[in-house]
Amino acid sequence: MDNRGIDFGFGFLKQEASFDMQFTLLDYDGQDSYAWAYVVALLNTLLVSFLGIIFCTILGVIIGVARLSQNFLIRNSAAWYVEFFRNIPLLLQIFFWYYAALRALPLPETAEPWFGVTYMTIKGYYIPSMIWENLNVFLSCLIAAIVSIIFIRIYARKLQEREGKQLPVFYISIGLLIILPLLSFLIGGVKLDFELPVLKQLAQTSFIFEGGIALPPELIALVVALSLYTSTFVAECVRAGIQGISKGQKEAAASVGLNPNQILKLVIMPQALRIIIPPTTNQYLNLTKNSSLAAAIAYPDLVLVFAGTALMQTGKAIEIVGITMLTYLTISLSIAALMNWYNKRIEIKEK
Amino acid sequence: MNISLSKIKTSNPITNIYIGSFLLSLAIFDVFVYSFFNLNITSFLPGNLNLFFPLIIGFIGLSFIRMEYSGIKLVDNINKHINPSNFNALLTLLIIFTVLKAIPPALSWMVLDANISGDTKAACTGTGACWTYIKVWFKRFMYGMYPNELHWRINSAFILVIALGFVGYFFKENLKKYLALYYVVIYPIIAFLIIYYLISGGAFGLVWVETGAWGGLSLTFIVSFFCLIFCFPLGMILALGRRSNLPAVKYVSICYIEFWRGVPLITVLFMSSVMFPMFLPEDFFMDKLVRVIIAITLFEAAYCAEVIRGGLQALPRGQYDAAKSLGMGYWKMHIFVILPQALKLVIPGIANTFLALVKDTPLIFVVGLAEIAGMLALAKTNPKWLGFAMEGYIFAAIIFWIICYAMSKYSYNLEQKYKTER
Repeated sequence: MDNRGIDFGFGFLKQEASFDMQFTLLDYDGQDSYAWAYVVALLNTLLVSFLGIIFCTILGVIIGVARLSQNFLIRNSAAWYVEFFRNIPLLLQIFFWYYAALRALPLPETAEPWFGVTYMTIKGYYIPSMIWENLNVFLSCLIAAIVSIIFIRIYARKLQEREGKQLPVFYISIGLLIILPLLSFLIGGVKLDFELPVLKQLAQTSFIFEGGIALPPELIALVVALSLYTSTFVAECVRAGIQGISKGQKEAAASVGLNPNQILKLVIMPQALRIIIPPTTNQYLNLTKNSSLAAAIAYPDLVLVFAGTALMQTGKAIEIVGITMLTYLTISLSIAALMNWYNKRIEIKEK
Repeated sequence: MNISLSKIKTSNPITNIYIGSFLLSLAIFDVFVYSFFNLNITSFLPGNLNLFFPLIIGFIGLSFIRMEYSGIKLVDNINKHINPSNFNALLTLLIIFTVLKAIPPALSWMVLDANISGDTKAACTGTGACWTYIKVWFKRFMYGMYPNELHWRINSAFILVIALGFVGYFFKENLKKYLALYYVVIYPIIAFLIIYYLISGGAFGLVWVETGAWGGLSLTFIVSFFCLIFCFPLGMILALGRRSNLPAVKYVSICYIEFWRGVPLITVLFMSSVMFPMFLPEDFFMDKLVRVIIAITLFEAAYCAEVIRGGLQALPRGQYDAAKSLGMGYWKMHIFVILPQALKLVIPGIANTFLALVKDTPLIFVVGLAEIAGMLALAKTNPKWLGFAMEGYIFAAIIFWIICYAMSKYSYNLEQKYKTER
């Protein structure tokens, strides 16, 4: 390496990055260091993965259940959905949404509002932003609600083991989750305002929306493509999980006098989840890794910003690619470790 | 099960069926006429009711039809398959109406208003798709920047490689034991030589063509083909390594597999094109395409290894013990007893890995190799052909869909063929 004039070191991380990013979650400008650029880019990656995981889970569960429907049309539409979206390369899907589908959207000045206050335009999706007063009071109320729910659950389980009584844990949880934050509005002085996106004329023919939150088209294309693609795999996992439970389990549960809700909650779901969770985790990991395709449509994620722009500017190829790979490796291994732990916890304990 | 609508049912089931099917066909007719001929036959109804009219009428019609047993085959089939409950009836209607609404615009865009004649952008006058664009660029999408008059070289190379792939079927009984040797060692070498000399040229009087000019779908095939045949043996070795008793071999394999499985392919490709040349001696040059193929092979081998390991673990211990008791050594045992059974078990998994590999090949676009996604990006920014991104991506999607769907169906057949009751 020496004879190529490459010096190895991580000193560059403290230098000024001097490039801009289109979309950031935290404050960032060109004067910040490479290290800060790394953090901001990593957050962008995590944002895409997080949104993708949520949407692909919702879609995947719906499609997976639909594939087992007794209705011929629903069953077959779900099957075709799966066959269609999983047999087209993800990169092509991202390109399709970004270059073809989202480019067909209207310009800001001609955009019709969706749901009255949001605007879907060629420049992105504009939604109202929330302006909080005394946000920390609200958050602490929320945390208090969650902590008390956990305690109530533990207490309810103990009560059931000791005396066989069952508390309506679900309704208590929902109630707490609504009442405590509501109290913070009434008593704690929390206020919530919405800032609506407003059309603004820049020049004769150039309009933009100001105010609110702007979701760039790159983010939308990426999340849509990732969640559609991954949802097909999640759907197959869900289907396999539900099919894996034998009918005898349901009948046995009914014969000991459980009602349909209890059968689903106490007998079917715990067993189905045991089959569903390991492969679904794999799909979540794949989604996180696939989110690196963002680089192809210039969404400022870790690969584009750090392994792309920063690498070109500093020339520290080995360090930067090493850090990038290590980051993904850490994410993957930590999710895998978490899931292994969870798997161990729920697996059948044979005597 | 039924809501109060059932109360208006008459006592005669045949009357019910008549009323129900009349209402249902009225609803479908309404939507059909509206979407195909843009005729709104219910425009006399007030706003929202007009919109939901077919849904409401169809729903009432289906609930009239729904009954335990009618004796009419069609009605019984409808009740059993698409109309078992109110909720299902609603979803059924929604699906039927969505399809009816979606057909006319899709049809007119793809076929009726589309253009395919001519060979310039000016030929595209319709409001629909411009297939002229695909027609003009077709050769580029298939062969990349490879010189037009030399396309026969790519075609003949592919035909030769495919033909050699089928040679195994014609092996005589006494040659059958060399089948694995042929496919694992000899075939890749021959295929490489064919592709190298025929497509690259540079010998036998053929003009040399840079790998930079390769592209399009043929490059996708070349990359996936080589990655496929190289990653399988490597994955097998890694899988055996991971189950080895020697700690050094075992931990090296584990580290390798976990590392490659933990990083995204795009960073691996970046590494192969940016970082890898730095570790090579100065006067040593390796082609970019070769580097990319090596990178994808190493990457997919890790996934392959995990799939094969699953098969190895699924085999009962008795198989190992039986092979050992016959005095077989490690290699003999694995080659003749363990691997044939284990590989049979993991055919679906292997097929999935290969499918993932084929779907990953468009990624080589990010390091500047213009396979089909790359050619599309190139064609899209051509000043003469601006604004046809949609057609291009739909075309590529159809091609990839056919390839991947065929592969998955083939793997399903293979799985059924080699399924043995255990």
